[in-house]
Amino acid sequence: MEIIAKFLEKNGLVVAFLAVGIIIYVSGIFSDKLTNKKIPASAIAILIGLILAYIGGIYTKGEKGIADIKIFSGFGIMGGSMLRDFAIVSTAMGASFLIMKRTGWVGALSLFLGIVLSFLSGVLVALLGGYTDAISLTTIGAGACTYIVGPVTGAAIGANSDVMALSIAAGVVKAVAVTIGTPFIAKYIGLNNPHTAMVFGGLMGTTSGVTAGLAATDPKLVPYGALTATFYTGLGCLFCPSILFLLMKVIFG
Amino acid sequence: MIIYGVAILAFCYVIGQLFGEFLGKAIGIDANVGGVGFAMLLLIILSDWFNKKGYLNRNTENGIMFWNQMYIPIVVAMSATQNVRVAVSSGFIAILAGLVPIVICAITIPILAKLLKNTQLD
Repeated sequence: MEIIAKFLEKNGLVVAFLAVGIIIYVSGIFSDKLTNKKIPASAIAILIGLILAYIGGIYTKGEKGIADIKIFSGFGIMGGSMLRDFAIVSTAMGASFLIMKRTGWVGALSLFLGIVLSFLSGVLVALLGGYTDAISLTTIGAGACTYIVGPVTGAAIGANSDVMALSIAAGVVKAVAVTIGTPFIAKYIGLNNPHTAMVFGGLMGTTSGVTAGLAATDPKLVPYGALTATFYTGLGCLFCPSILFLLMKVIFG
Repeated sequence: MIIYGVAILAFCYVIGQLFGEFLGKAIGIDANVGGVGFAMLLLIILSDWFNKKGYLNRNTENGIMFWNQMYIPIVVAMSATQNVRVAVSSGFIAILAGLVPIVICAITIPILAKLLKNTQLD
């Protein structure tokens, strides 16, 4: 038993390839037999992934889901930011430059709106939760953008650690909810073409949520959503601790 | 050769990400600004150019398409490493602060999409 565990741990990445292959195979059967292909296999596979992450988190009390269980540590490499971004870039192959160019300015507008709207609604929720100081409000509002913008902003303006944790949690909730929710709301928001996908990426912003959600909806849309979403976190880190923080300071002192 | 395709992809990745890092530094923040986006644009332009020159054969293209096809499995692995425990067990405020922006932004999407359609007709 110990030999097997050690072996699996040492060959993490390859073990992850095998495990993900099995997950996707099982998802295909689920999608076929139980939902009559109404829910795509990729959506089920992503959902299984999230469930595994929850189990891993409960079991180890760690932060990296299933990857915190030693024999599944390869998931951390396979699903880490390097391979993820590498694969996202490859989806640009076959994407239309013309569409991207034509949607460019609305994409930029959606980025700006996405950051401001997310920030303000985060601030609103924080106000309802009883926070009244500019630093906490800004940090929670930043967390409502993405789980990276939250802590970066909090660190920059000197938020205390429980507010930081709250803002990270808000960002994680957003990423998970976008992942699960996108296939279900796609119909109602007209998310079935590259143009809307670019607007979607800019407004939602969470790269992991947007790319996983679009993959579950229609893989052809992934490059368009990814293109705008990839600017979101950087711009959020730019705006939240500066202009938006100043705005909060002016209003709440 | 397959490795040429992978190398082209890696070239775009490295240049794009580096550009994003420097852009972040230039505007004074500790984050990568659009690195993946720049890499994607570079790949689109490069592959178009290679195609016209006839440098892209099937094997080279397969080196890129392999990663294209690996995208969803990688996303599955990524979801399996999310901090779902925190998302589920975080308090009411965290959950609301994560959900409310989604609802508001989702409502905005059709409006912006309409704006886009209108300008195209002009």
